[in-house]
Order: sequence, then C-alpha cells, then structure tokens
Amino acid sequence: MTGSATSQAALPTPRKSGRFLYMASVTLLCAWVIVPLYFLLINTVSSPDTVNNYPKPFLPPFDWSSLQFFASYQGMLSALKNSVIVALMTMVLSITIGAPAGYALSRFEFRGKELFRMLVLLTRAFPLPLLALPLAVMFIRTGLDDTAFGLALVHTTLALPFAVLITFSLFSGIPVELEEAAWTLGCTRFTAFTKVVLPLILPGIAASAIFAFVISWNEVFAAAVLTIENRTLTAFLLAKLGEAPLHLKFAGGFILVVPALIFIFAVRKYLFAMWGIANR
Amino acid sequence: MNPRLLPYILILPVTLFLIVFFLYPFALVAQEAFTAGGGLSLQNFREVVGYWKFPISLRNTLLLAAAVVPVQLALALLMATMVNRMNRGRDLVLYVWTIPLGISDLAAGIIWLAIFEQSGFLNSMMGGLGLIDRPANFLSYQHPMIVFTAIALAEIWRATAIMLVILVAGIGLIPKEYYEAAEVFGASPWQRFVKITLPLLRPSLQTALILRVVLAFEIFAVVAALGGTIFPVLMGEIYAYQFDLLNGGAAAALALIVLAISIAFTLIILRVLRVPKGATI
Repeated sequence: MTGSATSQAALPTPRKSGRFLYMASVTLLCAWVIVPLYFLLINTVSSPDTVNNYPKPFLPPFDWSSLQFFASYQGMLSALKNSVIVALMTMVLSITIGAPAGYALSRFEFRGKELFRMLVLLTRAFPLPLLALPLAVMFIRTGLDDTAFGLALVHTTLALPFAVLITFSLFSGIPVELEEAAWTLGCTRFTAFTKVVLPLILPGIAASAIFAFVISWNEVFAAAVLTIENRTLTAFLLAKLGEAPLHLKFAGGFILVVPALIFIFAVRKYLFAMWGIANR
Repeated sequence: MNPRLLPYILILPVTLFLIVFFLYPFALVAQEAFTAGGGLSLQNFREVVGYWKFPISLRNTLLLAAAVVPVQLALALLMATMVNRMNRGRDLVLYVWTIPLGISDLAAGIIWLAIFEQSGFLNSMMGGLGLIDRPANFLSYQHPMIVFTAIALAEIWRATAIMLVILVAGIGLIPKEYYEAAEVFGASPWQRFVKITLPLLRPSLQTALILRVVLAFEIFAVVAALGGTIFPVLMGEIYAYQFDLLNGGAAAALALIVLAISIAFTLIILRVLRVPKGATI
C-alpha cells in the first residue's frame, strides 16, 4: 500500500476532524428527530390565537387554552376513550392468541410448521388495512359494526404477526433445559411453564403487549373505515382534518404522540431482540 | 393429552383467527372486485383504471415510494453503522432515533403541518431571517413540488426508524472477528462496510425493504394531513370510493391493484437480495 505511509504521518488531524464530523452528524440526526416534535409541543402549549398567527414563537409560551379547547371539543374525549379501549383489547387479544403459537414455534418440531410460519409472515407483506373494507360488511351482519371490539379484532390481525414472532424469539432465548429440569423435579408440562418459563419472559411479554397497544393506537385507515359513531382518536382527527381549526389539529396530534414516546422508552430494551431473530 | 397434538393446539387460535380475519376477508375483497351487475366481470377494474384520477394517484404513490425509500435506506444504514461503533450514549441516541417508530402517520402529518402551514415554523424562520416579506402558502396548488417535498420529508422522518431497528439488529448478528480480520489486512472503514456489512446484512435488508416498500404504497394519513386533495394517492382514492362515492366494488378493485403492486415489489426485492442457499453467518 503506497498510501499507508502518508496516512500514518498525517493521522492525528484526520482522526480528530473525523471524530468531529461523526459527533456533528449524530447531533444533527438527533435534532432531525427532535426539532419537529419540539415545534408540535410549542403549538400545543400556545393559545389558539398564537397558533393561528404569524410569526410563531420559538419558545413554548405554556398557555393551556388550546388543550382546554381540545378537551371541550364535542366528541373528542369519547374518541380518546375509544382509542384506549380498542388498544387495550388489541393488546390482550394479540398476546393471548399469539403467545401460545410463539411457544409452539420455539419448542416443537411439527409437520406444517413451515407452512404456519409462512402464513404468519405473509400477513406482514399485505396491505392489511385494506381488509377492513369487506370486514365492514361482515360486521354489519354480525352486529359488530361500529363497536370497539370489532375494530380491536382487525387491529389484532395487524399486531398478531409481531406478537407471534416476538414471543417466538423470547421463548427461544430461554433454554429448554430449565423446563426439563423442572419436569424431573416433579412439575408437569403446565406447571413447569407457569413456574419457570413465565416469570422469566414476563417483562418481554409486557414489551410485546405494549407494542401491540401502539400498533392499534396509531392505526388510521381501518379505524376510519370501521367506526362511525364510536370513532377512535385517529379516525376522529382524520374526519375533522378538513374543518377543524389548526390548534385542534396540533393538540390532537400531540395527544397522539405522547403515549408513543413513553411506550418506545418502555420497550427500548426489547426493540432489537425481537427483530434480531424475527428477520432471519 | 397426546404430546404430538400439543403444538397444533397451541397454534390453533392464531390459525383460526388469521383464516377468519385475514384469508376470508381477502377472498371477499377479490370476490367483490370481480363482481359487477350480478355476474363475473372486469367492469370494476375498467371503471377504476379509466377514472381520470387513477394515473395521477398511481404516479404520485410510485414517485413518493421512489423518492422516500432509497433515502430511508441510506439514512438507516448510516445511522446503524454510527450506532454500531458508539460506546457512550448509545442507548440515549438509539432511543431518540427510534422515537418516530411509535408515532402514527397521522400524527407525523400533523407535526410537519406545523412546519409547512402558512403561519407555520418554516415561514416564521424565513421571515425572522428576512428572506421573505410575508408568509407563503406552501401547501397549495401553486406549489406542487413543496407539497411533494413536505410529504416525503414527513415520511422519511417517521418511517426511517423501523428500518434502523431491523438493520441495527442485523448488524449485531455479524461476528466482530470479520471486522478485526479485515482491519488486520488494512481494509478502510468504507471497504469494511462494502465487503462485510452489506453482504452479511442481506437478510435484514430484505426484511427492511419489503416492510418499507409495502408500507410506502399504503401511504394515506400523512397525505391527508399535508396535501389533502392536492396530492391524490391510491389509498386515499380507495377511501374516497368507499365513503364519498359509496362504490364498494371499485374500492375493492383498487385495493387488489395496490395489493398486486405490493406483491410484485416484494417478489422483486426477494429476487434481487436473495440469500444464497446454505449461506449463513
């Protein structure tokens, strides 16, 4: 290598400037994520007049009248309540249905296993919200139309592939030997599971439940198609985009963002573990 | 209980659920799309494709995907390699970068509306710097390129995180010994990236790209918040068929077209980034 001698001599300077460039880009990319959120925060804690006027302040004035307007807006609080109910239902459904399958995939070799994995993976490659269209008709026949439970069923279809794959990777991380040891000590298959495996993976299960909650909380299209009177927050905001004043939109957007921030913080340890195995 | 039956009992709930809420409605969409006037026909497809908005919304959707996905891929790769060599502050930086993962497309649209609307922060900044005399109405018919840019930026801002997570997980699976060996042989950081990271990252790249491309064709709420009717996209048209025009058959036909495009791109990505048989890390 001819260039190695020169680069050896000139090493300190490029390394220093490279270090600087590296830190600068990390900072810049962090700002790229945070600054838009900061702008939304300013708008949320400004009075409606400030929100609708030009120019904008660049420091939050901490005026709560926009949020008060949001809370008193006809139908907004019940939409917020609906969102929480649907998301909680989705959370419970996707874990209770998905976790057993994740366990089966990690512990057993059985015929049709690959076919089953294909079916689960296939759902991820589909524009799933589109399925809300025929389900709307089906729900009217069964009386599930415009109910939180009906929407939760559709959201569970969205969250289920993730629940199966995440629990699969969680269970795979726990050695079978632990269970086998419990069996030799007199546990049945079931008690070995509840006494040994369950306590170990409970935090991971909680993380994937939170993930299911966020998927449902954020979903717009199916929610807008399937609810009319009992709209969720996303469906309500979408329906009001055309007519609502700006301060209502921003306050609504802010309320949508807040749980996401908390949830991503709560599951951050598991975000990578679940994809590490899931993408093989 | 027969232990051989146990795995089947455990996967039964998921299987039943997916049959009822995934395969069955899918069959219903297909049936509705191909039915018109009481018989089998392509009438719905002809109607949808012949509508003047179809070429525009198709072009807009594809253009957006073509503009957004490569930038996201490059950005996610850059962020993932940066995180990989980070020691202090790794957790904090990763948390900040993955925040958008939990943010819905509607909220992302509203966030970027705060920046681009007439009394918004972009205008305020430019006014403060003395670049403009009075605020411009960016999100209007007069500025189609700015509307497009705003939507693309909101999408890049929101959905790069999902690729980042998949790629960081994938890079974590690559053994450090490969890099050490490459360093011994004098490979530059760029060579290490091209010769080791990229090839071994192929399965993750595949997953990340498929997920992002499929989701890119589903773009809906960001556009509704920022572009409204100025910038029609396919999902928005499906919504309009279903609710404004009350034409379920046409909505179903258009849904199948979106699905066909998604599947076609999934197959292309699978083919281009295929992992050689028997090759594992």
